[in-house]
Amino acid sequence: MKILVAISNVPDTTAKIQFTEGNTQFNTAGVTFIINPYDEWYALVRALELKEANLAEQVTLIHVGLIDSEATIRKGLALGADDAVRIDSAGPDAFSVAEQIANYAKSNTYDLILVGKETINFNGSSVGGLIAGVLDLPFVSLATKLDINSNKATIEHVIDGGSQIVECELPLVISCAKGMAEQRIPNMRGIMAARTKPLTVISATNQTNLTSITSYVLNPGRTTCKMMNEDNLDELVKLLHTEAKVI
Amino acid sequence: MSVLVYTEINKGRVKKASLECINYGAKIAELTGTSVTAFVNHANQEQLEEIGLAGASKIISVKNDALKSDSMLLSAAMEQVAKLEKSKIIIFAFDVNGKAIAPRLSAKLKAGLVSGAVDYPVINGDSFEVNKIVFSGKATATYQINSDIKIIALLPNSFPLSSGQNNSTIVDLDIDLSNVNSKIIIKEIKSDNVVGMIPLPEAELVVSAGRGLKGPENWGIVEDLASSLGATTACSRPVADLHWRPHHEHVGQTGVAIRPNLYIAIGISGAIQHLAGVNGSKTIVVINNDKDAPFFKSADYGVIGDAFSILPKLTSAIKKFKQNQN
Repeated sequence: MKILVAISNVPDTTAKIQFTEGNTQFNTAGVTFIINPYDEWYALVRALELKEANLAEQVTLIHVGLIDSEATIRKGLALGADDAVRIDSAGPDAFSVAEQIANYAKSNTYDLILVGKETINFNGSSVGGLIAGVLDLPFVSLATKLDINSNKATIEHVIDGGSQIVECELPLVISCAKGMAEQRIPNMRGIMAARTKPLTVISATNQTNLTSITSYVLNPGRTTCKMMNEDNLDELVKLLHTEAKVI
Repeated sequence: MSVLVYTEINKGRVKKASLECINYGAKIAELTGTSVTAFVNHANQEQLEEIGLAGASKIISVKNDALKSDSMLLSAAMEQVAKLEKSKIIIFAFDVNGKAIAPRLSAKLKAGLVSGAVDYPVINGDSFEVNKIVFSGKATATYQINSDIKIIALLPNSFPLSSGQNNSTIVDLDIDLSNVNSKIIIKEIKSDNVVGMIPLPEAELVVSAGRGLKGPENWGIVEDLASSLGATTACSRPVADLHWRPHHEHVGQTGVAIRPNLYIAIGISGAIQHLAGVNGSKTIVVINNDKDAPFFKSADYGVIGDAFSILPKLTSAIKKFKQNQN
């Protein structure tokens, strides 16, 4: 069985968010980029676990991005992925990213395509469903557990007000959430091995931009926190009613 | 040419997020001089009435047992209805199911999708722009949708719910799913078993507690405060990881992201990952015994002190307020 794991290159969780060029671009100056945590902790690590359990032969990373994201891809290889593909495109929107990944997957048969539940920069939760839509494959979202038994996946995933266990024959696309696996830290051997693992760069095919971002604005933070005395909580309740108007 | 809204029934009610989408769709219909059509499966008379009151001018009512929770089937159904209605704008809630169905439909119709929209679109000739939250709540981006058909997944609790007159017509429709090769077999459904409590993603009032509560046996005072307000309870990640509270209560970046009107955080320090899941709340109250807890910087109101003494006092202050209101 071959697993394709889609990874995104995102600003570190604690990065300062600023915009440039008239608020049309994210300001990358001084920002550390990482593998999108959901892609790494849940999708990639679960894929590696399946390989370690001899349920998969190959774990391939796929990333749509420019050359500056190769350090992030190498980190995924250091964690244990066998090889990686970078599709050379800035990935202007979720659909174009999904379309590139789907086109690659179409000509290189994979049994399982794993993505994280969302990216921490665009929070769209859409690439997994888009890939499945383009390839006309089944899609299970927000998976918290995944097991493989011969040609069948057993998945527990989040539904409204609970969870459900489903079975689906391969191939399929799964978006991964908390519970799938635990975060790992690459070891020195992995980091050394990653340097020589194959990272293939392929050019983007026909690109469709269904959406584009025209501008960004930072959301105003909360400016002042009114401190209340614990012996005068009637005042807090009054303010929640008259000032905040939430009760 | 109608604005098409995907509507769902859950636990016997029309989902609040769906009603918000109908309100939202009605406003867009008004802006574009069209009307709003709601799609729903297995709705009873009372639920159809509720959908009408929320502003749907037409309700496409389907009774199809094959239409189970598989995004492949649901997307195919919406595709058929969208073609029938010649819809150019399609609305989903940005919730568990919307996140699975909307992208698939987007790929099928080559329709640009904005997922997690928080404002009405601004339409100016051929330009169609919608704002959406990005960078886990830290910023808002304006998205231009370039395609002919446009899909918007609306972030729940972005607008207050309103209800007017029911002027809807109901159209019964048969959906043909014979060409859809659904391979997902549902083996077991596990419910969260929360009786009488509003589910977290829909809750307007949330009382949440963290490790500062010291142990699961101390949650009584949190539940008392929540019930005095009619609020839903939540917790921080460490609390869920320690199994003090069930996982579905975990709010934050890895858990559920929520945006209630009021979020009361008790004994939660305010790590950036927690804030990412709650910073969309309209009002935040932080109760913590550490005056340097970072959460105070992201709060509207703060109380420094011991939760074990503050919570009972706050609960009785709320009860007193509620009594005076009546």
